[in-house]
Amino acid sequence: MSIWDWSYVWEAWPYLYRGAIVTIQATVLSFVIAVVLGLIVALIRQSPNRYVSTTMTELVEFIRSTPLLLQVFFVYFVGPQFGILIPAWTAGIGMLGIHYAAYCSEVFRAGILAVEEGQWEACTALNLSRMRTWRTIILPQAIPPIVPALGNYFVGMFKETPILAAIAILEMLQQAKIFGANNYRYTEAIVMVGFFFLVFSLVASAIVQSVSIWLNRRYRLQ
Amino acid sequence: MNEPMLRFENAAKGDEGLTVLDKPDTACNDKVMNEPMVRFENVTKRYGSLTVLDELNLDIARNEKVCIIGPSGSGKTTVLRMLMTLEQIQGGVIWVDGEPLTHMQENGQMVPANDRHLRRVRSKIGMVFQHFNLFPHMTALQNCMEAPVSVLGLPKKEAEARASELLDMVGLGDKRNHFPIQLSGGQKQRVAIARALAMRPKVMLFDEVTSALDPELIGEVLNVIRKLGAEHDLTMLMVTHQMGFAKEFSDRVCFFYGGKIVEQGPPDQLLGNPQNERTRQFLSAVLEAR
Repeated sequence: MSIWDWSYVWEAWPYLYRGAIVTIQATVLSFVIAVVLGLIVALIRQSPNRYVSTTMTELVEFIRSTPLLLQVFFVYFVGPQFGILIPAWTAGIGMLGIHYAAYCSEVFRAGILAVEEGQWEACTALNLSRMRTWRTIILPQAIPPIVPALGNYFVGMFKETPILAAIAILEMLQQAKIFGANNYRYTEAIVMVGFFFLVFSLVASAIVQSVSIWLNRRYRLQ
Repeated sequence: MNEPMLRFENAAKGDEGLTVLDKPDTACNDKVMNEPMVRFENVTKRYGSLTVLDELNLDIARNEKVCIIGPSGSGKTTVLRMLMTLEQIQGGVIWVDGEPLTHMQENGQMVPANDRHLRRVRSKIGMVFQHFNLFPHMTALQNCMEAPVSVLGLPKKEAEARASELLDMVGLGDKRNHFPIQLSGGQKQRVAIARALAMRPKVMLFDEVTSALDPELIGEVLNVIRKLGAEHDLTMLMVTHQMGFAKEFSDRVCFFYGGKIVEQGPPDQLLGNPQNERTRQFLSAVLEAR
């Protein structure tokens, strides 16, 4: 038995292809949830109402301080005991998104706080509405500098997707494991998965970097 | 000679004309003209236990140009910031153009103003800041168009025409598509003035607008302000360290010390022959630094 056998590579390919599609879908979908929800949470935390902002802060702290796997298990296994049935896909993507929304909200918050106080004052002096101030003045200055940090979370989430296997979502690593178990041969499939993760991460980082450069140039920051 | 006749015709048409008859124009104008444009009535500002302004009373007439001078920490910038509603006040009432700014009347009682009231009355005031506070992600033109489009609801074309005209007035017509980062300090401040004017305010506030500028750029900004004062009906309130400019430009100079107006009067008198010891000390210290 040789160390590396190309025939297994071709045989494993369809499995891994299906798995890769699931992995990418899961990453992109949950990242969208994380960014949108993270921004909303960050905005709520800026609320002048102290109770609202404190509650949000505590909630973020809670989510960040417990493991993602536990949160996914809780939603998927504990929920049904109380009659809340959530499909694996929804539970997995949703929880991955919510978990990272907590992290993303911190990033957004840092970006928002970095905008100079004078910008807010100029908006008041020009009588801009609150909504308009956020949308056209504050966020366009707050977001471009934090794109690299958000991008890091994107790559991080991508590498976290194997957690979804724990609730029987057939993402790439799970497919590799099934293939390996069927054929008593793991080397090729596992290595291929690793290679895919590596390539995808590098490509994603490059994309994030060019988006960041483009945004900063578009908004004349730095 | 035909005027009364016209009025009578209007009166026949409806209520609007009648009110004109009830209050002849001259009397109406007198009332408006005599009313101060800005009135600080017993205004107190505190940060915690520190009292920054202590029961300030100050009236500023229509089209009056008032310069505020004083040592740092005397509360002079706070006066402008309160008027711009950037600071909340702990006592008293600020009036603008005959109506309360910080308060509103509800069932005959004065209650703290809500957001809507603030936005409405605040629209009469424009402010220029020490550090410009231009929007860095917008061109000079866009900086001047943003508020007219989104607040006044001006069509883009009209806002652009207004912004261009103002940028021409401050001598930056050729820089309209430049971003703030591509402008010098003096140019930035002139864009900031144009941006504030684009909202057609009745009162303009200038908060140490030349303090962050290199000495050779101060003149171009002061020239624009001079021109504004000469050509437009604007009430101006200005915190400044430029004593020469205050002397030549203003109708009145107020000297602040320790949260109070210690002395005020026409610039020649206050700057030339101050009565108060504090004023004298301050002025001689300022002159010495020159």
